[in-house]
Amino acid sequence: MNRLHPSATIALMALLAGCSGGGAAPEQYGANPQLPAQQRGLLPSMTIAKPAAWGDRLPTVPPGYTIKAIATHLRIPRQTLVLPNGDILVAEGRGGSAPKLKPKDIVAGYIKAKGTSSAKGGNRLTLLRDADGDGTYEMKTVFAEHLNAPYGLALIGDTLYVADQDALVKFPYTTGQTRASGAPVKITDLPSAINHHWTKSLAAGTDGRYLYVGIGSNSNITERGITAEVERARIWQVDAQTGMHRTYATGLRNPTALAIQPGTGALWAVVNERDELGPDLVPDYLTSVREGGFYGWPYSYWGQHIDPRVRPQDPEKVAAAIAPDYSLGSHVAALGVAFSSPAMGAEFADGVFIGEHGSWNRSSPVGYKVVFVPFRDGHPAGNPIDFVTGFRGDDGMTRGRPVGVTVDPRGALIVADDLSNTLWRVTPTASSATMAPATPVATSRAAPASTAGETRR
Amino acid sequence: MAVIVERARWVLHPLNAVLLAGALALFLGALLSDIVYFRSYEIQWNNFSSWLLAGGLVVGAFAFLAAIIELFRNRWRVWPALAYALLVLATWILGLIDELVHAKDAWATMPAGLVLSVIVVVLACAALWIAFAGMRAGDVP
Repeated sequence: MNRLHPSATIALMALLAGCSGGGAAPEQYGANPQLPAQQRGLLPSMTIAKPAAWGDRLPTVPPGYTIKAIATHLRIPRQTLVLPNGDILVAEGRGGSAPKLKPKDIVAGYIKAKGTSSAKGGNRLTLLRDADGDGTYEMKTVFAEHLNAPYGLALIGDTLYVADQDALVKFPYTTGQTRASGAPVKITDLPSAINHHWTKSLAAGTDGRYLYVGIGSNSNITERGITAEVERARIWQVDAQTGMHRTYATGLRNPTALAIQPGTGALWAVVNERDELGPDLVPDYLTSVREGGFYGWPYSYWGQHIDPRVRPQDPEKVAAAIAPDYSLGSHVAALGVAFSSPAMGAEFADGVFIGEHGSWNRSSPVGYKVVFVPFRDGHPAGNPIDFVTGFRGDDGMTRGRPVGVTVDPRGALIVADDLSNTLWRVTPTASSATMAPATPVATSRAAPASTAGETRR
Repeated sequence: MAVIVERARWVLHPLNAVLLAGALALFLGALLSDIVYFRSYEIQWNNFSSWLLAGGLVVGAFAFLAAIIELFRNRWRVWPALAYALLVLATWILGLIDELVHAKDAWATMPAGLVLSVIVVVLACAALWIAFAGMRAGDVP
């Protein structure tokens, strides 16, 4: 056979790998991210996390903050909820049973599984308690079990709501309780056929009447057929009393975490966007969710950028698509969002924390950290600030992958890590707490609603 | 001693014919599925194509192996055997590229996937033509 010229070899490799050279990634934060041209080589760019144990290492936090593991050996912790008395509930599980449709799914599934925990999903809620307030959660007990891949958690008054991968269920809850009094009661079924994106995120509205449920799409980009997307890629508003629901917003590919903004009561979401359009497409985002809004999936992204992989196309839907508020960067895989509180220290008082699980569809990894997006006047203002890093070490090994983040109003950020099966707690150290003298530490204002991934108010 | 190369008498071992015919049927199935997907947007045909191509690649790999053995049997002296092996190899390589294109999501497989499927089927047919062009009625393979 003929010899390949070196430059031809490089060109061929670039074609195979999707031309994702080591060039600087475009600035992709904020309301107007740069969106490069779509590209996809014969092989998708992939860098899968190589798991390693933490050993003596800890994640890195900013000066003036301390991080500590408050629970280990969990069974795939995803989202957490801080209860009124300070107890923490952890939803543990692994869902999804989407059938493999192409040989590609078998190969990709095998490769991607290497970057996740091999532990079995708990299908349970674990309760952690720090009775004496010393920061050590000495009690760890199973609150409820035999759930079906629980993910979203919310508390309204004396009722605890859990979003399983196939249903919204509730438990009665009284403060101080450590074990559910009985089996969960189903409020409503949730769309669960196929369940490609199985996580059901949950937030409770401030009026205490409605719950919001995030339902992910059933494919990356309609490769399971458009009929599989009925009631997918949207947010439901569910009446907590009756279980009746209506669609609140659509076109959100995978709304993995929801939060209610303190003060305004507005619903916010972090959404994971589509893959296989290149290393810098499409940005995952943080957005306030407009009632009745359509956010593009599958027909377009970031407003009117058409995705040619969808047939038949729908120009009317494309024209109606809303551009989201704030780009977090492509492939960071935001899975947690929580509004901060002054108790987190002055620098991190106004904004949201976001847990980024980390990329796979990109040769140089991104995400694998918790960032803080500062807000001003109720809107994102400025680039994300690293808050917890070191999940991916300089040695190229990955020790943790952040999922849910929750602000404890007493002044702590709870981070679920579903690779090392650890719950981390980040607190301002004494000196930085004094930087925010107005902080109402350890006081708990009357709260109509308390929600996973959201500050209690 | 002179070696007489019986060009007209070169006939492929039947194992080659079975393997290549098997691969051809699978690649042809992929092409037909591609055509239906191209016309209907019905995603299942796209999945069928991907599996049919995978099957064609498995059987085609054995067909190429048999073609190499055939070359050794003929001590690399029979040009149709060489052309046959090269065409089987080309079929397989294009089939692999076609399979990688079919690993993309939804309409990202089109139109490249359909074009490649046509080329793969044409190459497989060309290999068969070369293999049996020298065969006449009454020949015993």
